[in-house]
Amino acid sequence: MIAGIPLTVLGGAAALLFAAIAAVTGTAAFSPAFVACGLLLLVAVGGAVLRRDDALGAAVVILSVHAAAVPLMLHIDSAPGEMDSGYWALLVSAWLMAWTSVTRLTQTSKKLPTGARRAVDLLIPLIFGLWLMLIWEAITRGAGVPQVLLPAPSAIWAKLTASLPILWADFVQTFLKAVIVGYVLGCGIGFGTAILVDRSPFLKRGLVPVGNMVSALPIIGIAPIMVMWFGFDWQSKAAVVVIMTFFPMLVNTLEGLSASSSMQRDLMRTYAASYGQTLWKLRLVEALPFIFNALKINSTLALIGAIVAEFFGTPIVGMGFRISTEVGRMNVDMVWAEIAVAALAGSAFYGALVLIERALTFWHPSNR
Amino acid sequence: MTDTEATAAARGAGSAGEGSAFRVIEARDLCLTFETNDGPVHALSSVDLTVDRGEFVSFIGPSGCGKTTLLRVIADLEQPTSGSISVNGMSPEEARKARAYGYVFQAAALYPWRTIAGNVALPLEIMGLDKAEREARIKRNLELVNLAGFERKFPWQLSGGMQQRASIARALAVEPDLLLMDEPFGALDEIVRDHLNEQLNRLWDRTNKTVIFVTHSIPEAVFLSTKIVVMSPRPGRVHDVIECNLPRERTLDIRETPEFLEIAHRVRDGLRAGHAYDDE
Repeated sequence: MIAGIPLTVLGGAAALLFAAIAAVTGTAAFSPAFVACGLLLLVAVGGAVLRRDDALGAAVVILSVHAAAVPLMLHIDSAPGEMDSGYWALLVSAWLMAWTSVTRLTQTSKKLPTGARRAVDLLIPLIFGLWLMLIWEAITRGAGVPQVLLPAPSAIWAKLTASLPILWADFVQTFLKAVIVGYVLGCGIGFGTAILVDRSPFLKRGLVPVGNMVSALPIIGIAPIMVMWFGFDWQSKAAVVVIMTFFPMLVNTLEGLSASSSMQRDLMRTYAASYGQTLWKLRLVEALPFIFNALKINSTLALIGAIVAEFFGTPIVGMGFRISTEVGRMNVDMVWAEIAVAALAGSAFYGALVLIERALTFWHPSNR
Repeated sequence: MTDTEATAAARGAGSAGEGSAFRVIEARDLCLTFETNDGPVHALSSVDLTVDRGEFVSFIGPSGCGKTTLLRVIADLEQPTSGSISVNGMSPEEARKARAYGYVFQAAALYPWRTIAGNVALPLEIMGLDKAEREARIKRNLELVNLAGFERKFPWQLSGGMQQRASIARALAVEPDLLLMDEPFGALDEIVRDHLNEQLNRLWDRTNKTVIFVTHSIPEAVFLSTKIVVMSPRPGRVHDVIECNLPRERTLDIRETPEFLEIAHRVRDGLRAGHAYDDE
């Protein structure tokens, strides 16, 4: 009977049983939400055990475990910061059943048509993220973790929605000005230099070691110097970003320009193609995967560079400025709100690059 | 036919008159030495060669005999160390810049980001032809290699034989009088290779182009050629030139005739005398 039941289900059932015993013996704080959550989890365990293979069982598990999340959060309000072992057992049970639900979802999606399977593939990371938030919320609020150490997601969200104008101003200052301008300049100069270096062996021997050295300079040392050169405003941050993004672009483009095979270059030679034609029609296309590699690496480097550079002098706006001052004032929820904005912007930036890359390098063996 | 004559006239190459043989290739005492870390390698050693217009000439020999190097010298992809060579009465460099030849490599070397039609269009774009002319040439040459209907496919969606046919169409689209082919069917299986040999023979017979063809297959050389240049290694040199006067239009059945076997036998003898079968 027990053989063939996934370990996550067994664990979920055991934790649920523990919670029930704790509740009945009166060692656990008791509330209607606690009962509702326990019953919904019981339905999930039942569905997972009784309908082990079919879509109906999967649906029961998924629906009941996510319905159970609501009373699971509501119960914390009965005694915030003073949750006991009964509640933690319930949380563990819910976590294991959510795990089971994702496993069942993956299994079921294999039988679905392509369109629906894509949707499920998108849904799975969302469910994962949702449960990460739920557990974070339950632990911080349930155990009363001090806000300075780790605020609850709900507190961060509340701060974020309450201070949208400030966050937007910081985003404009740091991302739309320093990051984008620095990124475009740094990648552009790196790319242009690579084309020149590729053309001239003299530059290759002279410029590449210099570029190498510049990339090794510590940002902590560069940033204050850039502030002295270019002033307090975003221009100095953009300069730091230029320095950080220049070298990865140079190196990757150079590597990409030599990626075409000698046979392909000979082919262009038999057509009496000019340098420009060979560059444009063959070598740059062959270099695209390398160039996009640099663009992706640089998208994260640029954001880090701009934020850190703001620690060394800035007008009273900007994501890095906000983080450094709010940490000093113990407003950690504001710091987390900035982190959330940075994570969102960085992921969107990266994701957009990946989409453009897929469209332009559809021919590459890794994308076919 | 009229096309090729017109392009030849436009290039100022000019024909040496009806019937009289026009020299396409003339090489005298051609030497090429590669300097390597292990000392000089004599890839070509005093090679003399003449190829007339409309001939189908095969270079055959074991690896290291310089047959590909000789083809690359004709194409101006390598420079000879000494000796003289002319292509259509010009230096190889001038001939290359005048786009006097089409080159087919061992691999199809199609660009994966271009469709089949786009690949055939590549040399035409470089030559600066207008769109209408490009489309016409793409259509004509893809039909010539039996690839009509595959214009919008990408190279990786085609079999190896079809890819190589597309690369031949690409070389033909330049509409050169001279076709240089470097073991174009070497990577294909024998059934596909036989089929493409027949198609190539028909193509040559129909278009009256001059073809120089590198191979290491004796049946392939005898089946396709009017003249077989037997080469031998270390140093790379021309060992023998065998005339191959089978009828112009050939089918695969010809390979069982006594005449065919006779010529194949002479090629094999030539290779043996040139130490092609010696142990390394």
